[in-house]
Amino acid sequence: MTHPTRFNLPARLLHWSMAVLILAMLFIGVAMVGSLADYGTLVALHRPLGLLILLLAILRLAHRWHRPPPPLPTDLPLWQRRAAHASHIALYGLMLAMPLVGWAMLSAGRIPVAVVGPLVLPPILPQNPMLYAWLRELHTTLAYGLFGLILAHLGAALLHGLIRQDGVFSSMAPWRSRRSAGSF
Amino acid sequence: MTLLHRLTGAPPGMTPRALMLRFSAIGALLAGTAGAFAAAGGWLSPSALTPARIVDRFEQVNGPHPGFRRNHAKGLCVTGTFAGNGAGAALSRAGVFAAGRVTPVEGRVALAGGQPYAADAATTVRSLALRFRLPDREEWRTGMNALPVFPVRTPEAFFEQLLAAKPDPATGKPDPERMKAFFATHPESAKAAGLIKARTITEGFADSTFRSLNAFRFVAADGRATPVRWALVPERPAARETAAQAARTDKNYLFDNLVAQLRQEPLHWRLVVTIGRAVDATADATLPWPSDRESVDVGTLTLVGATPEEAGNCRDVNFDPLVLPDGIAPSDDPLLSARSAAYARSFTRRAGEATSPSAVAATADRGDAR
Repeated sequence: MTHPTRFNLPARLLHWSMAVLILAMLFIGVAMVGSLADYGTLVALHRPLGLLILLLAILRLAHRWHRPPPPLPTDLPLWQRRAAHASHIALYGLMLAMPLVGWAMLSAGRIPVAVVGPLVLPPILPQNPMLYAWLRELHTTLAYGLFGLILAHLGAALLHGLIRQDGVFSSMAPWRSRRSAGSF
Repeated sequence: MTLLHRLTGAPPGMTPRALMLRFSAIGALLAGTAGAFAAAGGWLSPSALTPARIVDRFEQVNGPHPGFRRNHAKGLCVTGTFAGNGAGAALSRAGVFAAGRVTPVEGRVALAGGQPYAADAATTVRSLALRFRLPDREEWRTGMNALPVFPVRTPEAFFEQLLAAKPDPATGKPDPERMKAFFATHPESAKAAGLIKARTITEGFADSTFRSLNAFRFVAADGRATPVRWALVPERPAARETAAQAARTDKNYLFDNLVAQLRQEPLHWRLVVTIGRAVDATADATLPWPSDRESVDVGTLTLVGATPEEAGNCRDVNFDPLVLPDGIAPSDDPLLSARSAAYARSFTRRAGEATSPSAVAATADRGDAR
């Protein structure tokens, strides 16, 4: 049995839609906390997007479980394989943790988690202002961490695609490159 | 093969020039993304007004009072209900306006300003914040003031006014020159200040009219939106503050009187919604709407009790004006988003601080012991 060299279509769809959503979310988040004029509009976007990302992350994790990703090139140095593995665990962890921390933080602050129209999510933590303040801080710290990780992920992906040209980038590329088309 | 080839794992066939170019392009893209993130976060525009700077200014003007609200710091929790009479249901699909619907309400009466231990004074602006708890976890939170209009139109003006109105340590009053300079650049605030100065100051909280001041939109079941402002009009006839009352020595007389009145009987306010016309300003809270505008009595607020602020009650509620049920939406008033942002910042700061007991708690406890 040969391993596929590309992520399958659902995996690529999930990856790229989430890439757009998560980057948008990080920009909305960082703009929101410093904004007076757009705060209300941005918060109203932030919450439904967060819930959507949480649902997609669960779906994606389940999909990955059933369809393991293509293996990394065998000539990749061990430290890079380890870094790739660890950063993907961190990315998945943060994709799930960010919305959950946000939800938990609003719950502890007794702030209704209004999503859209009359839909308000139930609290997942009892009221506790100190815990709210702590989770609020954690949400920010994790967001900066996620942004940094995404930059590293983007840099590494482009290094694979433009410089190493080892098929790692094309395995997730939204288009089919000549190189990977040949191997199908 | 260059060192860069070895470090990046580039194929030997790639020229050093092509490798450098590609490597630089990746670096530029990452730097650009990080730069855009920094720009979105406001790091490249340090002079812009932010929620944090507004809350900082409150702390600067009032001194540090950890654990307390940065504004309307002195307050008392109240509880009651709101009974809709059905008249509001034509304007808004929010369930709170259905005929016969009784919604539990918790709230907070307070005095404007960031001094939690200041003595009550008749001229200090009184406020009433409410949290209506609708079915299915929906909430309507609203902070209202006993004022005819709001003193400023924009968050920037609010920020300037905070400093201009800072009491001079020598006189205990704002420096008139600074207020004059502020009004000169903000004629809308000068007009509003005139209306505010001319308002009738009533005896206490129980006979005060509390107004939303900001405009909102009521959205009906068919999606039709109506610009509105609302007011809680007391059923108790308004009595003017007398000279004897003004000279009270009880530092908490306004709060103590409310506690005493609530011990005797529940207090009622009618929720009156004023319907704006197309020509009425919704984005300028310093402007009153003409007095001939249609208004609808949509139900009755009944307050039955008061409790000192403590963990778990109104003390820990952020009365964010943008916590709204489906059927009530914000208007284009820039103060709404700014209030929401600044309240969130104030709430986050005080939530993480150890809190001292409220000044009003001390008196209310003494009252209980009597």
